[in-house]
Amino acid sequence: MFRNQYDTDVTTWSPAGRLFQVEYAMEAVKQGSAAIGLRSKTHVVLGCVNKANSELSSHQKKIFKVDDHIGVAIAGLTADGRVLSRYMRNECINYSFTYESPLPVGRLVVQLADKAQVCTQRSWKRPYGVGLLVAGLDESGAHLYYNCPSGNYFEYQAFAIGSRSQAAKTYLERRFENFTDSSRDDLVKDAITAIRETLQGETLKSSICTIAVVGVGEPFHVLDQGTVQQIIDTFEIAAEQEDPATEPDAATGQEAATEQGTAADQGGSTDEGAAPMDI
Amino acid sequence: MPASCLLTGSYGSTLRYKSVERMKPIGKHSLLGASGEISDFQEILKYLDELILYDNMWDDGNSLGPKEVHNYLTRVMYNRRNKFNPLWNSLVLGGVKKGEKYLGTVSMIGVNFEDNHVATGFGNHLARPILRQEWHENLSFEDGVKLLEKCMRVLLYRDRSAINKLQIAKITEEGMTISQPYSLKTYW
Repeated sequence: MFRNQYDTDVTTWSPAGRLFQVEYAMEAVKQGSAAIGLRSKTHVVLGCVNKANSELSSHQKKIFKVDDHIGVAIAGLTADGRVLSRYMRNECINYSFTYESPLPVGRLVVQLADKAQVCTQRSWKRPYGVGLLVAGLDESGAHLYYNCPSGNYFEYQAFAIGSRSQAAKTYLERRFENFTDSSRDDLVKDAITAIRETLQGETLKSSICTIAVVGVGEPFHVLDQGTVQQIIDTFEIAAEQEDPATEPDAATGQEAATEQGTAADQGGSTDEGAAPMDI
Repeated sequence: MPASCLLTGSYGSTLRYKSVERMKPIGKHSLLGASGEISDFQEILKYLDELILYDNMWDDGNSLGPKEVHNYLTRVMYNRRNKFNPLWNSLVLGGVKKGEKYLGTVSMIGVNFEDNHVATGFGNHLARPILRQEWHENLSFEDGVKLLEKCMRVLLYRDRSAINKLQIAKITEEGMTISQPYSLKTYW
């Protein structure tokens, strides 16, 4: 994507029918650190990579509890993410107060999308620079939605956003057919593995990733570091035991992942013709 | 789950209108019955119409059940009471959604609660004691109707503002039916 004369205002169309400011907002999402989500019939798991600016600082909070039955993971401008989380919490609590019932996730997601759309059609506003993975439970089951700065939303079985998310997506694409009937613990393991894919060789520690779960009989909560570290340790043990067989696979897996990672970072080159939000 | 009401509309203390339906179905799952000011009841029905309309417009497989409608009404009644401009009604809200039965009541000042049997006005004094004695978890529909008729008969005998013309509504998972008006046999 290159600078051009149609990208100054969000209210200016390009001759090809694109709104560049909105697309730039989606770029901001791609620059944020990775967040992934996956769901089964009864549970939804969110995970994200937490990078801290320096060893001295704490890391960005990227997973927010919106209500007992809804949580959100963000990627992109975290400040925008916080503001939208506050909006979502407000909507949930107002609905709960009036109807004594949890707000259906699908409705919250539509309200969020409509709010994002407003910012793509006012000359004095800018689009929100954050992508949200909304995980929630309601009468019709477990749901995972992705809300985009363009005002679009989609429902997913599993999804990943942010930098190097392609690696996680590939992993999820291979495994998603099993997710519907996965147990809660398997789902969490899959989430952690997907996060590991985005780290591209860096060691996976519970200090750099955060996992949150919501499910039937389980209100939305973030798993504590100790629990996450335990689960990570179980993989490492399993990986060591399978060493001879998996070593070559792991090596080729990593290479393939890095290639895809760089391709994704070079961004729009493959998608130059089609506007991202139309995909 | 049966519910019943008399078809009366009063003009002050005169029983002026004798064919007023005071029970209405709300959405797919609930039934609302009211006593008190009929015009305020009609106003409430308008609010609920709008509520159900917006709920249906989402077109997303979710629908407002009796619990949600009951709470919405509580909010409305309480808010009006706070503004010193109450809707002069006592409401009974019942329904079945996903196999779960619900029965609740809201008064004109916003007092609300759920119970296995509720009543408005004189019903609280004359009918509920009977229901307390004779209600049990496994009442069949026919027995429920007999029990209600027993209560309505007592009310007919003892409440000066009652006429012998009532309707029974039946609410089940499949939907609801409101009977045609009929009279009770009395033993003067």
